[in-house]
Amino acid sequence: MNNAAVLNRRSFMVASLTGGVVLTLDASLTLAAAAPGAAPDVLNAFVRINADNTVTIGAKNPEIGQGVKVMLPMLIAEEMDLAWEQVRIEQTDADEKLYGPQVAGGSTATPRNWLPMRQVGAGARAMLVAAAAKQWGVDAGALTTARGAVLHKASGKSLTYASLGKAAAAEAAPDLAKVALKDPAKFTIIGQSKMGVDVPKIVKGEPLFGIDTRVPGMVHAAVMKCPAHGGTVASFDDAAVKAIPGVIAVIAVNSGFVPEGKTDTLLIVADSWWKASKAREKLVVKWDDAAVTGFSTAKYEKDAAALFAQTPQASLFKAGDADAALAKAAKVIKADYDYPFLAHASLEPQNCTALFKDGKLEIWVPSQNPGQGRAETAKLCGLSPDDLTIHLTRMGGGFGRRLMNDYMVIAGQAAKALPGKPVKVLYDRTDDFRHDFYRPAGWHRFTAGLDAGGALVALKNHFVTFGKDGKPIRAAQMAITEYPAPVVPNVDLDVSYMATNLATGWLRAPSSNAMSFVFQSFMDEVAEAAGIDLPELMRRTLGAPREIPGERVAFHTGRARAVIDAVCKNAGWKGRQKGRGFGFYFSHLGYFAEVVDIGVSDGVVKIDKVWMAGDVGSQIINPINALHQAQGAAIEGLGQAMIGQKLVQEMGAITAENFGDFALMRIDAVPREIAVEFLKTDFPPTGLGEPALPPVIPALANAIYATTGKRHRRLPLEMI
Amino acid sequence: MSVSLTVNGRKRVVDSDADKPLLWVLREDLDMPGTKFGCGAGLCGACTVHLDGEAVRSCQTPISDAAGKAITTIEGVAASAIGKRVTDAWVALDVPQCGYCQAGQIMSATALLKQNAKPSAEDIDGWMSGNICRCSTYLRIRAAIRQAAGLPAEVALFDAADGEQVA
Repeated sequence: MNNAAVLNRRSFMVASLTGGVVLTLDASLTLAAAAPGAAPDVLNAFVRINADNTVTIGAKNPEIGQGVKVMLPMLIAEEMDLAWEQVRIEQTDADEKLYGPQVAGGSTATPRNWLPMRQVGAGARAMLVAAAAKQWGVDAGALTTARGAVLHKASGKSLTYASLGKAAAAEAAPDLAKVALKDPAKFTIIGQSKMGVDVPKIVKGEPLFGIDTRVPGMVHAAVMKCPAHGGTVASFDDAAVKAIPGVIAVIAVNSGFVPEGKTDTLLIVADSWWKASKAREKLVVKWDDAAVTGFSTAKYEKDAAALFAQTPQASLFKAGDADAALAKAAKVIKADYDYPFLAHASLEPQNCTALFKDGKLEIWVPSQNPGQGRAETAKLCGLSPDDLTIHLTRMGGGFGRRLMNDYMVIAGQAAKALPGKPVKVLYDRTDDFRHDFYRPAGWHRFTAGLDAGGALVALKNHFVTFGKDGKPIRAAQMAITEYPAPVVPNVDLDVSYMATNLATGWLRAPSSNAMSFVFQSFMDEVAEAAGIDLPELMRRTLGAPREIPGERVAFHTGRARAVIDAVCKNAGWKGRQKGRGFGFYFSHLGYFAEVVDIGVSDGVVKIDKVWMAGDVGSQIINPINALHQAQGAAIEGLGQAMIGQKLVQEMGAITAENFGDFALMRIDAVPREIAVEFLKTDFPPTGLGEPALPPVIPALANAIYATTGKRHRRLPLEMI
Repeated sequence: MSVSLTVNGRKRVVDSDADKPLLWVLREDLDMPGTKFGCGAGLCGACTVHLDGEAVRSCQTPISDAAGKAITTIEGVAASAIGKRVTDAWVALDVPQCGYCQAGQIMSATALLKQNAKPSAEDIDGWMSGNICRCSTYLRIRAAIRQAAGLPAEVALFDAADGEQVA
């Protein structure tokens, strides 16, 4: 699936990592300046061979802690036949014309790059082999490669890549679609655990993150944005602010959330962020927000109840005749579920540094989606996208927050207003909570019917979500293939939309992090009504191994069945029992089944252990990182469920100020152990940033029900 | 005001407002960005440094309170034997994911082992619960502290050689 080569021949041949043999990073995190026309050892946009036979590999995707900065270079290094010790990794700039897609989102890096990055490596290897063949006057087919050298077995001759670099760079680049790739049985890097490339720097506190960017002459901006989303600046009085020594300017900008020509954000620029932040107290602003102050958590609850009392606004999916099947059903199960708005709360607050000079905008940014940021920033700055140079920094977490580029958009406008002065914009924690793009809340009314034999014959779900003009807003949709809808003969999936002024967006495992709870919890109720446990209900409904087509991707019942069986075996699952719960979910092409073991004492729930079995295809590229991603996802999911995470809105604005109002998981609530098994199957490798998260939430809710008899149908779970 | 500090063994003098937090003096005035801004309210632990050997939240420490005191930050923590063992364990177990909180985690862990050489599992969780890791690297934080303290692994650790969890 989705293995289309994204790198065309042109991008392969264009040299990007140009420059001297020695790579250096300056304090401002920019890459070493390119030396025009003086790059004989650059084989393609991703590969530079250094004189000491180390090889610098460009990591093109944004790094948010998901390990992609190691994973993508592993693919190139493997096909180049390098020893890992030779590899030096460098974050590339954002330049999709050169590198192809550069997005950290949707667990897409693996499926999108598994073949293309290997082809890049194999192409570079082919050029080195061709150069050696010419030099020795032998056939390229007689040559092999290993550990950064080309070998001619017949004569015993060998040449390092460094000694072939110049000649190889002059070779014609091969057609990447036709270049031969390694037999996976011969992998020496893929499938071996490689540690985080930046870890030695992280433990020394070296500057790596966007917030650490330092450019000579830089000034700092604190943010004041209309608390009620969608409100605009009516007027402001900055006289008192400007009187503060060190304050340089107050600039009104558009975060991209209000119509062009309006502004919704004021930036206080000073010679210190601390000073700028404090100066906000003196800024007097009148907001034009009457149209959006009516939105609140209480209003949504009321609107959802009213919508449930009405006929759904639209049908998403219909099969058979659900009402008729329910009328004949031996048992009918009804339940309502809901979940709240959530913030991303990446630990590094949103920030961006920008410099406008000679009509060009240079940007240093922690963005998961810099291509979109380039387009939007260019538009709001009145520039061409090609006028922007974007340097990617390491990110202090992303979780989907940094797929949106509001911080880049406003930093660009601030820089444009102060030509020649680099400006670093930094949100404080309250800004970060109140001006996020939230995981939307949602409400679900379920009805299911079982026949006399206990088979699930009817399913209805009225989903109340947020929409505009009869369509869901960003991240507020439900797939019509939510399991078990595709395998039940009589189904009604319906929807009603209500309005919100809040910006919404994708939170790690978007949609799935909510739907897993709703559907797998309700399925646990259905299973109990049928006198079985949830794994058994899943097995019965999944049926024979086959692919079920979906809106965008197919769902393989056999792969689902295999992870369910594996986790049950590993955990010693023996049917419904106190102290444990089960959940399964398919998202982002990954199949995960999880068991959560809990203890309850004095009414307090403590999570002891999580068991997990996952299938993300034929190859775990970096096993240690895969384990870390899976374990971290499970803990994050538990955090969404168990520690009271929810946002409250009043008068159009989110009320949370800091971590006291929106708890994040802390070490004392974390289970002692999370046991992970990856099943290797004959399918292309897919991503791991997200799919391990969703099942843990219903598994916990189902464990609490099994243990205490209380069915929780609302997130966050009340843990006592 | 002019403030004299000792940062990682080196005398530094800064001219600063008395109420400016140590965090921002380190980051802005001393060009030491290893100490991180997370919440500005003492709730996340990302800004943890040692002040005369005690772990403090530098976002809640006005520079006037740090005057004349010895400050250790992530940039200098490995100069002590315990700090070195902690950072070595952090690298060996590949603890960080995004890495943003890890300076604070390491500073807290080092302070723990300085006053409790062989902490129990409960000691570790209790002491470290002031430090948030949004990526949830907590299993490895526990393991790395135990490794730095010379304690046996509590649960299966990852064996990088064969890609499996081992006892």
